[in-house]
Amino acid sequence: MNDQTVVKTGLTLALIAAICTTLVAGTYQFTKHRIAANEKALLEQSLQPALAGLFYDSGVSESRLVLQAPHELPGNDAAIIYRVFAERKPVAALFAVTARDGFSGPIRVLLGVGFDGTVTGVRILRHRETPGLGDKIESARSDWVFQFDGHAIDNPVVTGWAIKDDGGEFDQLTGASVTPRAVINAARDTLLYFEANRDEIFARPATGEGE
Amino acid sequence: MTSGGLIERMQTGLWAENPGLVQLLGLCPLLAVTTTFVNGFGLGIATLLVLTCSNALVSVTRRWIRQEIRIPIYVLIIASLVTCIELIFKAWFPTLDRSLGIFIPLIVTNCAIVARAEVFASRNPIGASIADGIGMGAGFAMLLMAIGAFRELVGQASIFSRLDMLTGGEPFAGFSFADSGFLLAILPPGAFFSLALAVALKNHIDRKRRIARNAGMPRSRQRTR
Repeated sequence: MNDQTVVKTGLTLALIAAICTTLVAGTYQFTKHRIAANEKALLEQSLQPALAGLFYDSGVSESRLVLQAPHELPGNDAAIIYRVFAERKPVAALFAVTARDGFSGPIRVLLGVGFDGTVTGVRILRHRETPGLGDKIESARSDWVFQFDGHAIDNPVVTGWAIKDDGGEFDQLTGASVTPRAVINAARDTLLYFEANRDEIFARPATGEGE
Repeated sequence: MTSGGLIERMQTGLWAENPGLVQLLGLCPLLAVTTTFVNGFGLGIATLLVLTCSNALVSVTRRWIRQEIRIPIYVLIIASLVTCIELIFKAWFPTLDRSLGIFIPLIVTNCAIVARAEVFASRNPIGASIADGIGMGAGFAMLLMAIGAFRELVGQASIFSRLDMLTGGEPFAGFSFADSGFLLAILPPGAFFSLALAVALKNHIDRKRRIARNAGMPRSRQRTR
């Protein structure tokens, strides 16, 4: 290639890059509001099942409190707490925490705790447990995850927060005991944290976007 | 190319040169996402769109692009298209997008797409290139759907579960035939077995057809061939 063709080839490449960038930027502008709305709706919708039977103010996702690791909650990644209020009074807190000891990797658990310390709902946000066995922790696949509702850290006593095989009070899953153990331990540790830090949790300012 | 030629081009992609069954290209997404019919359908349609558009763009620009820079340009075109498709999925099919996860952005690395750009679209006019993209894309999509449906049927004993990811509305559990299926089909080895069965089935049909065609020919012509 002589000098002139090099310049020409470079310009062709630059022109195509510019056209492609325009295409992507245009699509982004066109879709970004819809995508943001979808994400917010999805978040609010995913939090709702862990707040069964409660009346609360809208905008739960805006009360987000992010605790970067290391923190005292389960998991070594960031834990997220959503504070739930009804007419400015605290009614519940939602914890998104990670159970590290799942059968095939971490399990992200969403746990709702009423202001009085009773569990308002538990849901599994993310996991990679075995299909057909460990994945029964999903609320769509079995009722297992509903058994926590109404329990608290003193009901049963702390040693009762285990599967029945281990001398506890909670059901296990056929063919999978590692998975329920991980979820129950995460729930118990979260409840202990809530009991010890309740007032501080509701007093702290919300974590802003992008933090 | 005549319209008959265009249709023939499409049929080639659907059967004789099917990217999944014959060229065995793009196996990573093919094996990874085909756990249900809906997943296979979603990724299949996304791939079909990207392949058709990339073939069209590569064909339009083929006269000004020098040999030396063709690969970076294919990568640019394909990556931009995939990003656009991903954004569109996130905006209109958010649940499907989450279900397919990383495999939508990974369409960029589907070698079936670069292969069609290099082998076909860079040497042929736009009409034929679009026909080729549709044929090859549809061939790939149909294989994804077939394997997805098969693995779902055998592995979960249900079909069309989570169809709501395409149509919106309430979560749909699908038509279930039994409590549980043969688990292996959903696990990774099931993907390889299903693909092997699909390839074997295609070869079997081709062989049957060849025998039938030869038998149907007049004797004299058969000898001369």
